[in-house]
Amino acid sequence: MKATIYLHEFRTRIRSVITWSVSVAAIVFLFSSLFPGFASQADLVKSLFARFPPALLEAFGMQNSDLSTVLGFYSFIFVFVQLCLAIQAGNYGFGLVSIEETELTADFLLSKPVSRAQVLTSKLLAALTSLIITNLVVWVVSFISLAMFNGGRTYEIGTLLLLLVSIVIFQLFFLTVGLVVSLLVKRVRSVTPYSLGLGFGMYVLSAFSAVLVEVKLEYITPFKHLDPAYIVHNGAYDTPLVLLNVAVSLVAIGLSYWLYIRRDIHAVS
Amino acid sequence: MSIIEVSHLTKYYGKSRGIEDVSFSEEEGEIFGFIGPNGAGKSTTIRLLLSLIHPTSGTARVFGKDVMSHGPEIRRDIGYLPSEVFYYEGMKVIDLLKYSASFFDHDCTQRMHELSETMELEMNRRISDLSYGNKKKVGIVQGLLHSPKLLFLDEPTSGLDPLMQHKFFDLVRQENARGVTVFFSSHILGEVQRLCTRVGIIRDGKIAEISDIRTLQQNNYKKINVTADGLNPASFDLPGVTNVVAENGSVHFFFKGDINAVLQKVSSMKVADVTIEEPTLEEIFMHYYE
Repeated sequence: MKATIYLHEFRTRIRSVITWSVSVAAIVFLFSSLFPGFASQADLVKSLFARFPPALLEAFGMQNSDLSTVLGFYSFIFVFVQLCLAIQAGNYGFGLVSIEETELTADFLLSKPVSRAQVLTSKLLAALTSLIITNLVVWVVSFISLAMFNGGRTYEIGTLLLLLVSIVIFQLFFLTVGLVVSLLVKRVRSVTPYSLGLGFGMYVLSAFSAVLVEVKLEYITPFKHLDPAYIVHNGAYDTPLVLLNVAVSLVAIGLSYWLYIRRDIHAVS
Repeated sequence: MSIIEVSHLTKYYGKSRGIEDVSFSEEEGEIFGFIGPNGAGKSTTIRLLLSLIHPTSGTARVFGKDVMSHGPEIRRDIGYLPSEVFYYEGMKVIDLLKYSASFFDHDCTQRMHELSETMELEMNRRISDLSYGNKKKVGIVQGLLHSPKLLFLDEPTSGLDPLMQHKFFDLVRQENARGVTVFFSSHILGEVQRLCTRVGIIRDGKIAEISDIRTLQQNNYKKINVTADGLNPASFDLPGVTNVVAENGSVHFFFKGDINAVLQKVSSMKVADVTIEEPTLEEIFMHYYE
């Protein structure tokens, strides 16, 4: 770890961190503010959803959700939060080393007296710090929103904490998978298509996994590994799937170091 | 002591050739010219020595240490000016230079300001607002500010105006006088001749020749063009003269050997004009591939 790279990386990402944090905070706050309305009309909402085809409800992960409870409603919002966090973490992961290569600043950095491992560690920690800031903003805004808009109903703080703790595991998956994919492909010309593809792709897989029961899509997508509806319904994680998720992240980190240390940094061609 | 020792170094990019079986060494305090046309493998060699890329086979040692296993340690004392300079566009010049200096243990502030003053670099401008020549100046300052013991210059003069080129060469000479070893890659023979003591010629990824700059020049062809009335091409039938062509009252030919022989011949004539030119690099290469 090299402090000077860490600080440089962190500074270049500050504006992005603020933008994402404000956006996610706005989603949580605005959606939560709708809850008292839902809660007071709970019977109406239930009868409305009962008329929906079950497959559609399952695709939106709402077969187990009870929108008339605080956390049932929050878990519904939480999927959108996850989608934003997935894209943000994917952005940082795909761009972690590839941006220096497309903008050709990698020559500058890697001709300095630092090892590849030091460079990658410093960059990973800086990206992780950025993600944790957004993460903390989600925590604070979630507590405030649920305190303001609970419609007079109580909820299990422990379950809320389970949901919030899951964020860091979730972010780590997209950061590390993004990184390893960026090192496996020859060149990442633009980061956004990759991070949108990974984020939305995983979300769509999660939506289909409920419909296509025979294909075990829940093994692949973090939206199922850390399914908020499941966590709220059961008051616990789906432990094997969470372990699978963490294992994928760890393998991705290990493979990234292996690839980056051996990587050829090409000149302008 | 050899500062650079390259032994049978080979690099393939997939199937395409980078360099093949390159061996040479550079002694402490030398300015070694590495010359060859574009795509010959000059940058590949430098990038291997900086461990930006990894060799297919062969070894390279800098300061007596293997570049693959001791990269970070070696790069503490290396300055690198790439042929194309790219820096973090959003940064100010001063911030980039400070970032560059922060990688080194000693304080580089004073040297940074000296160099910026010499190169007339405006420190408060944004990198994205700089012209190519000014970016090149940033490259020169960041490559030298930590007082390296070995300098890699990869086609350093492209984009610099003649005045700045002159200042830059002075700077390189000063550094060299302080004991800095310089590895100077270029495709312009003239600037290599002005600066270097020894040269290596690379072509198609292979070393064609390594020699003292004087030997190279002595062994080289001169292009001689003589204009005079009633000139007879046969009168230049001297040892070392080749490719004699007569057109429009002038004769031109290639000459290799003691230039005095030709000069005596020419001074015995009443000539309208004489030019003696350095051969172009391509012509030198043709010589090495005959």
